[in-house]
Amino acid sequence: MPDYNWPEPSKRTLMGKRISRLDGPDKVSGKAKYTYDIKRPGMLYGKVVRSPHAHAKIVSIDTAAAEKMPGVAAVKVIQGPGTEIQWVGDEIVAVAASEECLAEDAARAVKVEYEKLPHLVREEDLSKAGDRLKPAAEQVTPEFDKAMAAAEVVVEGMYSCPVIAHCCLESHGQITEWEGEDKLNVFPSTQAVSALAQQFAEPLKIPATNVSVKMDHMGGGFGSKFQADRWGIEGARLSKLAGGKPVKIMLERDAELMVAGTRPSTYAKVKIGAKKDGTVTAWESTSWGTGGIGGAGMPPFPYVWEIPNKRMNHTVVSTNTGAQRAWRAPNHPQAAFVTMSALEDLAAALKMDPLDMFLKNVPLLGPRKDLYKEELLKAAELIEWKKKWHPRGDTTPGNIKRGLGLSLHTWGGRPHDSDCKLTINPDSSVSVEMGSQDLGTGTRTVIAIVAADTLGLPLDAIKVNIGDNKYPRSGSSGGSTTVGGVSSSTRRAAVDALDALFKQVGPALNADPANLEAVGGKIQVKGDPSKSVAWKQACAKLGVNPISVIGKQPDAEKGKLADSGVAGVQMAEVSVDTETGIVKIEKMVAVQDVGYIIALKTAESQTFGALIQGVSYALYEERINDQFTGKTLNPNMEFYKLAGIGDIGNLVVHMMTGPAQDARGVIGLGEPPVISPGAAIANALANALGVRVPSLPLTPDKVLAAMEKKGGLT
Amino acid sequence: MAKSRDPESKPEKGLSRRDFLSRGAGVALTTPIVAGVGVAMPQSPAANVKILGPAKVPVALRINGTRQNVSVEPRVTLLDALRNYLDFTGAKKVCDRATCGACTVIMGGKPVYSCSVLALEAQGKDITTVEGLAPNGKLAAIQAAFVENDAQQCGFCTPGFVVACKAFLDKNPSPTMAQVEKGLGGNLCRCGTYVGVRQAVLAAAKTKGG
Repeated sequence: MPDYNWPEPSKRTLMGKRISRLDGPDKVSGKAKYTYDIKRPGMLYGKVVRSPHAHAKIVSIDTAAAEKMPGVAAVKVIQGPGTEIQWVGDEIVAVAASEECLAEDAARAVKVEYEKLPHLVREEDLSKAGDRLKPAAEQVTPEFDKAMAAAEVVVEGMYSCPVIAHCCLESHGQITEWEGEDKLNVFPSTQAVSALAQQFAEPLKIPATNVSVKMDHMGGGFGSKFQADRWGIEGARLSKLAGGKPVKIMLERDAELMVAGTRPSTYAKVKIGAKKDGTVTAWESTSWGTGGIGGAGMPPFPYVWEIPNKRMNHTVVSTNTGAQRAWRAPNHPQAAFVTMSALEDLAAALKMDPLDMFLKNVPLLGPRKDLYKEELLKAAELIEWKKKWHPRGDTTPGNIKRGLGLSLHTWGGRPHDSDCKLTINPDSSVSVEMGSQDLGTGTRTVIAIVAADTLGLPLDAIKVNIGDNKYPRSGSSGGSTTVGGVSSSTRRAAVDALDALFKQVGPALNADPANLEAVGGKIQVKGDPSKSVAWKQACAKLGVNPISVIGKQPDAEKGKLADSGVAGVQMAEVSVDTETGIVKIEKMVAVQDVGYIIALKTAESQTFGALIQGVSYALYEERINDQFTGKTLNPNMEFYKLAGIGDIGNLVVHMMTGPAQDARGVIGLGEPPVISPGAAIANALANALGVRVPSLPLTPDKVLAAMEKKGGLT
Repeated sequence: MAKSRDPESKPEKGLSRRDFLSRGAGVALTTPIVAGVGVAMPQSPAANVKILGPAKVPVALRINGTRQNVSVEPRVTLLDALRNYLDFTGAKKVCDRATCGACTVIMGGKPVYSCSVLALEAQGKDITTVEGLAPNGKLAAIQAAFVENDAQQCGFCTPGFVVACKAFLDKNPSPTMAQVEKGLGGNLCRCGTYVGVRQAVLAAAKTKGG
């Protein structure tokens, strides 16, 4: 059996190197066609009439005027009279017209009467939540009370982070069109090319094999694009009503921010018990949060630290707001923010350097405690912790105060299932086909690197075909599972295909096929370049029959190429202007292990990106709903704020590499580095100011309020 | 209250546009009313002022050096004209209200948010879209620098960013990091590619013709 293991460092030609992403040139030149850019012949533009109320019953719908508007091809009631609407922006009616502006006119001409019902759209004050609370069962360890009572130091705090949105730049949506009565073509913006057909097939009552799903490029998902979505299903129905013509529905920005996904809020009262030397002994948290009408589960408290004694209570608040969706590392950023804030507050109460306290408690960090320790020390070195850290409250004169903070995190990132079809053609061309998708994470590039490196070919010798459900099935891109899945299946396919090619070439070289290798565009006897045949001639020996193999993940017989479970440490240095309350990121350091790294450049990019998203949710992001009207007040990008290029400071990314990481196999990276920034930044701000700002985002008003509460500067 | 400062609200007779809109809202806005938005309305209609729309009007745009003719309602933005009526889809529709910069094109030598320019207003001006930066397939220095520095992930903000960077570098051939951060503050990215963008701009500045 051939060797499927990842090659030794000395044998890697592409894996682990900094290689520019394959689709980069298309993206910078506007050639890359995203779903939003697709124009199909005879395409209609679809628009959706949405509920202006957070909670209401539909009394009547009058579409007569809309149907007579110029250019209108179809009008479809999505939720009819009598339906109870549970959040603002919910879909009521869809219209399709020949031009976008005409579709907008038609949508405006639809008349919907509502009977307003009482709503709840804010969750920070549980006393106003009435019967909308669903307490979960208490989780408690047997010795908790005793341990908390015995603690030498007890610190209490209240921490919160709001509902935030995914705010994908390419909004959710798709083009749907029919071929005949029962064949549907879908061009979605999705994280789930292989999984989507089934979701369309069931409600539309057609076989899943009749649904074609195609997507070349998509403009961001972050966990919010796994579903066919109601606008997808109804788009298909609208298309049917319009005689099968293509209908494009892409959400308007306000809808994107109201209905297309959020990260649940978390409010938590925390009590920590410890010894005077900083050893943490007990944790108690009482928390709540909302993720829309269905609520939201408890973040994994206490986060990462295996505190021996604990008691946790969590209450789900059901609100009349658009539903949560997985937001990059679901529930982990909230858990990290609450836990690491509470721990740094404990360190401050003990007048300890939190880095020392974290190091002291390393035994509580589970199976990867040694890795955490190594990463804590590396991050400390990169941010010059020991040189720059001061006890809580910067006593430097002047209104600019600086501080340091830290956090750590974990994630799984196991490989998803993936089938990879790799073909070596007699004309020497090589193609890879897989029903996967590239979210901008570099999936295409990873696949090409693995195939090319394995086959001893240059990167451009590999034609990567993904983004179509006619290709072998591959998992959805969520939970940092893609890189492990596609790299494993591609590696196995490439090794098997090469093995088959060796068998064809062996006789010509008078060599045992098992003693051949593919190096530098040649097939040669291992270690003997004098006995070789060029790739092109080797492939010519195939005659008319290409080699076509399927590599699979999982495939236990062919070794273990991927794993799960990472650590990760981040540190932040911030400055704050005590006159304005404005917080500025000076520097952030991310130290991240992720096993065997295939594409180093895109891995680093993804980590930088995670830090920047973290700056954004730490300082700016909050979806604001108004309890009086039930409306979302900032469903736009002026007031739903994202970090800009001038807001990010100096960012340093250090990926853990070397034999110890290589030995683990490939592990996913998408989620982990986005978990810690909020905690690290909030801790740095507390260190600078001398007082905790307990609520994200860390806006100037909260900074000034916290200072006032404390009684001014130290 | 702000009436005296509103050039559109002083009717000679009958309804002002503003009054008309507010009264019209009760019976749903229809095409002719909306089409007037953004078109300069005369305070007192003079004989020599030409009123366009609400029906489609011919619009001639000079895009990447080539004349393009479209027929659009006067309310159609330059961005929608480029994307829906022509096939220049490099400029993206994201915020649709001049916040994020994904729709940036260069018009008359200046970067503009094409979501907030009417196609009509863009007539007679040279318009460069991202497609026009590499006319012969050879990437411009700033585009090559974006690729080399991986200043992109999902890439949806990228074309707008590239165009904004090109316009910025035309005006600031040797920028400092502080100038880059200030000058490109009008483009937003969700994946977090700003580290690459900063490096790309500084790298392209070192290449002649950035």
